[in-house]
Amino acid sequence: MPSVLDRKLLRDIRAIRGQALAIALVIAAGVALFVMALGTLRALEGTLEAYYAEYRFADVFAPLVRAPDRLARDIAAIPGVAVVQTRVSGPATLTVPGRPAPIAGRVTSVPVSGQPDLNRLYLASGRWPSADNPDEVLVDQPFARAVGLRPGDGLTAIVDGKRRRLRIVGLALSPEYIYALAPGQLVPDAGSFGVVWMGRKAAAAAFDLEGAFNDVALRTARGARVESMIARLDDLLARYGGTGAYARKDHSSHAFIRNELDGLVATGSVAPPIFLAVAAFLLNMVVARTIDRERQQIGLLKAFGYTDIAVGWHYVKLVIALTLAGVALGEVVGAWLGKELAELYTEYFHFPILRYELTADVLVGAAAVSLLAGLLGTAFSVRRAVKLPPAVAMRPPEPPRYHRGLLDRLRINALADPATRMVLRNLVRRPLRAGLTTLGLATAVALLVGSLFMRESIQRLIDIELTLAQRQDLFVTFTDATEPAAMHELRALPGVLRVQPVRTVPAKLRFGPVERRVSVQGLSQDGALHRVVTSDGRPLPPPGVGIALSDKLARILGAGRGDSVTVAVLEGRRPVRRIPVTVVAQQYVGLAAYMDLDRLNRLMGEGANLSGADLQVDARRLEEVYDALLERPRVAGVTRRSEVLGGLRRTLDRNLMLMILFFVGFAGVIAIGVVYNSAHVALAERTRELASLRVLGFTRGEVSYILLGELAVLTLAALPLGCILGHGLAWAMVRAYDTELFRMPLVIEADTYAWSMLTVLLAAIASGWLVRRRIDHLDLIAVLKSRE
Amino acid sequence: MPMPVEGTPEFPMIFRTRDLTKVYRTGETEVHALRGVDLNVAEGTMAVLLGPSGSGKSTLLNILGGLDTATSGRAFFRQREITAMAEADLTRYRREMVGFVFQFYNLMPSLTARENVDLVTEIASRPMASDAALELVGLGARMDHFPAQLSGGEQQRVAIARAIAKQPDVLLCDEPTGALDSATGVVVLEALDTVTRELGTTAMLITHNAVLAEMADMVIRFADGRVQEVTRNATRRRPRELSW
Ligand SMILES: Nc1ncnc2c1ncn2[C@@H]1O[C@H](COP(=O)(O)OP(=O)(O)O)[C@@H](O)[C@H]1O
Ligand SMILES: [Mg+2]
Repeated sequence: MPSVLDRKLLRDIRAIRGQALAIALVIAAGVALFVMALGTLRALEGTLEAYYAEYRFADVFAPLVRAPDRLARDIAAIPGVAVVQTRVSGPATLTVPGRPAPIAGRVTSVPVSGQPDLNRLYLASGRWPSADNPDEVLVDQPFARAVGLRPGDGLTAIVDGKRRRLRIVGLALSPEYIYALAPGQLVPDAGSFGVVWMGRKAAAAAFDLEGAFNDVALRTARGARVESMIARLDDLLARYGGTGAYARKDHSSHAFIRNELDGLVATGSVAPPIFLAVAAFLLNMVVARTIDRERQQIGLLKAFGYTDIAVGWHYVKLVIALTLAGVALGEVVGAWLGKELAELYTEYFHFPILRYELTADVLVGAAAVSLLAGLLGTAFSVRRAVKLPPAVAMRPPEPPRYHRGLLDRLRINALADPATRMVLRNLVRRPLRAGLTTLGLATAVALLVGSLFMRESIQRLIDIELTLAQRQDLFVTFTDATEPAAMHELRALPGVLRVQPVRTVPAKLRFGPVERRVSVQGLSQDGALHRVVTSDGRPLPPPGVGIALSDKLARILGAGRGDSVTVAVLEGRRPVRRIPVTVVAQQYVGLAAYMDLDRLNRLMGEGANLSGADLQVDARRLEEVYDALLERPRVAGVTRRSEVLGGLRRTLDRNLMLMILFFVGFAGVIAIGVVYNSAHVALAERTRELASLRVLGFTRGEVSYILLGELAVLTLAALPLGCILGHGLAWAMVRAYDTELFRMPLVIEADTYAWSMLTVLLAAIASGWLVRRRIDHLDLIAVLKSRE
Repeated sequence: MPMPVEGTPEFPMIFRTRDLTKVYRTGETEVHALRGVDLNVAEGTMAVLLGPSGSGKSTLLNILGGLDTATSGRAFFRQREITAMAEADLTRYRREMVGFVFQFYNLMPSLTARENVDLVTEIASRPMASDAALELVGLGARMDHFPAQLSGGEQQRVAIARAIAKQPDVLLCDEPTGALDSATGVVVLEALDTVTRELGTTAMLITHNAVLAEMADMVIRFADGRVQEVTRNATRRRPRELSW
């Protein structure tokens, strides 16, 4: 049997159930986001850690051109190296039966004797390739699924210009390809990139690397210093065409996952506090009102001998009950959303298993933080109940004080009718509450702006990256450095309108103490197909005698125009030069540096060796050219810009739109919560006043105007304020998502503001309408007879 | 017959005050609600306080009941000094010793009659059953009604049941019939009279109605923050025998 006070509590809550629900929903929204983000984060992190450990994901990776097998012993001798794995690995073009278009791929060697020491494979089905048959391969499972391959099927690979028939004996997953990105792609698309694992001997034969390797992975001993190890490794591999070793954090699959996880951290830490702050405000509004109304009851309880603490606890319980209702709802929804999200992630992240278990700490944490917010938000009001002396409580409350003030001095009276004057006086009388209500509504607008802008932001990103900066139809990569004469051959292909040579050179850029490994790309003088642009898409002048840095790289290095950065090339003769920064270009994906192609060639000092070409092609003959290119020797891969764009759009449409929809719903919850609660509290506080006015002959419309006019003023004030806050929130989101891999431009179009304001306005009108109905049904006699 | 001031085993005093004053300060203005009250109330007494509005009756009752604190002077409940009690002691004192009935019935609107009584019995050390308390005031049949479903007189009787249910040592009633018509007032006072007689409870009752002086053992007349006169009746008369 609950105590009598608890029964009172339950009945009181039932009496304000509409408001309680509105508050619970706001809390639930915040908690759901928190639990979803953190739950998914934990799931992915836990899975990742277990996967890496069990499948021995390497700590350091180093690609090179060719080194004899015996070098492995020298590498193992580097201090701090615990395990060395040498491999043969390189690009391939795959042709799958039943699929006309060839697909970009990569062939990597595995020992036929069984699992390698590092970067082991999860054999999802089939068996390991046998030593007897060099054509037997493993294929990565997501790719196989996407293109309909099974163990026993055959496929063709063009490796190093040579066509080979292969037989799939098993499907596998690798910790190196949790996030498998085709070259040139911005988002993973399982069907457009395939990984093939081949026996070491067979792979070496395919790449002409018998008795040698071109890829090494290391596991470090506990406590080893990775930086110095990488430096030693680079020194060792320099003679063998090493293009720079890198640590796990720079491994593309791992870096992309980390990036995604950081995004979850941002989602889980930016939005929930906003919801909780709004909820705290709403809670306080309701609790303060309850305590005001129950002044005498509080006095009475104290007169009977209930302690101050007991009375305070009673109201704390009200806060706890309202908060926990929201927390419970939020946790259920958040757990469900988290599971859905984690499953959505498995479309991009290929794990053998996904461990999604919601840990108690996330749930308890969400509850604790929400309770803390609720209790802090209502602390002052509850304190009032605790401090209320019993004798004072027995007297009826004094009428609220109004002052002749600002409004009167401004001579509003002369201008406004009595009803409007009441509206204005009331606003001025409780400036804090009016301010917080406005702020609450503005928050809803801001949340909408802060989520809707992403659509435009990503659109701008696509425009800049894939329309304004890169304008080629096809991008061809060569298997190895190629003479400029090849350009003529490409241009001669029927349908090719324009060809521009491309050269990328791996290099370390240093400025002061900071260093980054990037590829320096040569841009041809006539930058028609690939150029550098500003944030609004205007083409920048070519880098000329200097180097162009992408803005993020410039920021990381701390270098600006006019500074000279040290460029240490990791290929060929490995020249090291100081080169002035002449251009800082806008780029939203990755880190990049650009030089004039001729100057880059001169720097390399080995003639014009090209690594690829940008092609502009007659749209009607695109497929024809594409197929023809794949047939050519030395072509490692061909990427269609339309495919990159399409993949990106598909992903965004599904995920981003889902997320935006989400936020729109949540922002609506806030808007409704704030307006509904404000209107209800105002109505409750002023029922007698409004009823008296009705008795005096005011119409329902006039009475509603007095109450809702106040809210209308606050809502109108909140709209522009919300836009400003929304701009700030968008800025914060852009900052939160600013990583080396990916950034979002801060673009907010008028549309976004308009839709955000409209949504909140509609929510406000809907809540106002609900309250208006209450006013219309006001029982005048009952109200006036009752004693407050 | 002169009463011993300090109280004796035969005539123990339940309340004693010495030069009790109370000054309310609101901003610039000071209101002297009590200007030195000396009073002795014996155990088991039914005392009625009379006096014009604003003369300090409620203030005295509030201080004696531990609801408010005095500005100077001393007040004793038996051997314990009320004016020296800390907040927590006052709370315990109210909880264990005092029952209050106010002019506005002050029921919890969201609790039924029985639950309103339970509110007090739950925290009392030797309460009677809530049902029994309601029976005493003649409301046995209305126990599960909410205040809004009861008339003013019935609500006030619930308030009395609530005040006596914990079997307090003293019952303090501030104009319990002030908001009621006379017929209803009689019913309420009857309830009060019966209960105090049956339980031997000391009661102090503020009223504007001089006729009610006859239902008391002791009549205290108040004026301008002071006790003007204390008179005693040889017998306590039943409220329903009084005409008003
Ligand atoms: N909290 C308070 N603040 C200021 N003045 C008060 C307060 N409570 C009572 N008073 C004043 O003290 C005087 C005595 O009040 P009260 O004891 O209520 O008188 P009574 O009950 O005899 O009508 C009155 O003048 C009243 O206005
Ligand atoms: Mg009074």
